[in-house]
Amino acid sequence: MLTYIDKIRQIAEGFLKEGTVDMVIGFRRGTLPLMNEPCLIKRPEDVKKLVWDSNCGINLANYLTNRKEKIGIVAKGCDSRNIVNHIIENKIKREQLFIIGVPCKGMIDRHAIEALFPSEIEEVVEDESRIVVTGGGVEQIWSKAEVLQENCTICIHRNPVVYDELVADLVVEQKDVDRYEDIRRIEGISPEEKRDYFNDLLSSCIRCYACRNACPLCYCPTCFVDASRPQWVGKSQDPTDIETFHFLRAFHCAGRCTDCGACERACPMGIKVRVLTKKLEKDCLELFDWETGMDVEKRAPLRTYSPDDPDDMIR
Amino acid sequence: MLFKNLIEYMGLEPGRLHFSWISSAESTKFVEVVNEVTSAIKALGPRKSMVKTPLTDIKDKATEHVDIH
Ligand code: SF4
Ligand code: SF4
Repeated sequence: MLTYIDKIRQIAEGFLKEGTVDMVIGFRRGTLPLMNEPCLIKRPEDVKKLVWDSNCGINLANYLTNRKEKIGIVAKGCDSRNIVNHIIENKIKREQLFIIGVPCKGMIDRHAIEALFPSEIEEVVEDESRIVVTGGGVEQIWSKAEVLQENCTICIHRNPVVYDELVADLVVEQKDVDRYEDIRRIEGISPEEKRDYFNDLLSSCIRCYACRNACPLCYCPTCFVDASRPQWVGKSQDPTDIETFHFLRAFHCAGRCTDCGACERACPMGIKVRVLTKKLEKDCLELFDWETGMDVEKRAPLRTYSPDDPDDMIR
Repeated sequence: MLFKNLIEYMGLEPGRLHFSWISSAESTKFVEVVNEVTSAIKALGPRKSMVKTPLTDIKDKATEHVDIH
């Protein structure tokens, strides 16, 4: 995956020189290890800033919303599906985009590494299969497979679904993945246990809204959590307010979430917020045979009506 | 459907949230549904979570606290 970078730079430079695009959206090295950050490259000589490794877990589709320029964008599987969703929701036009497709092999779980590493992380180096973390005089080595983000271990769309150029051959998609084991377990417990589970899960939430900000789906001019007239949801740390926020945030992603994991990655408290969006994703698949972002011609379940939509909960 | 599934997934007991489609001409159905909903909810009893502590209660507790010290 590390070899991708030359190709990404080469394509980006070509696009910018020819004037095919006004800017390229990609990743540059972050100020902290494990945290590459998005960047907008406008001049061909700046393409050397672009990087690619296993710390590119942010979803770049988030930076496309309502842009008017012609844009080259680096897109792994999940980014590409969110780009499709953006096109469907008229947040960007396909004609404006030149998609640099990146066949993905999974991103590293920064929360896992931070939890496992005994000291402050100073440097992270990786090769094709391993990552080496150093800091405070300690060095630790993991195989990448051990420390992948959870959504990457169960990902079945690693290859971009739309692209104009590819930086490498497509990777083999993971087969026979059980995507919903954790969700089924929660579905199976009693209402009291569910209540306790979610109270506990969300108790450390500080309402910073990083999960919302990182998500390409959350582009409303005024988010329901920020509105004060009317105030849709309490702004306090009361468990019910927190739960309401999370319930609604997830529900707004129904039929739109690609399980890209950007929300979970962004959370400073390491809360597994995907437990909620994944339930919706599972239901959309089971009830509406729907997978997000696979086809620009198809409309999401909550935007369409069909006489055979499941409705057995209506009396 | 997605809404109901998600809220029950988060711990709302089945039987507390009801959906119905009743035309203005269906008075009998309206009565039936209202009776069904009320008895289902009575059977479940008062809800314990997803209920916000009213500010007045918090204030009472705070004053109690001050009194003790
Ligand atoms: S809710 Fe999370 S996993 Fe889903 S699209 Fe948004 S950032 Fe990605
Ligand atoms: S990012 Fe984490 S702490 Fe911040 S609002 Fe979301 S869940 Fe809560």
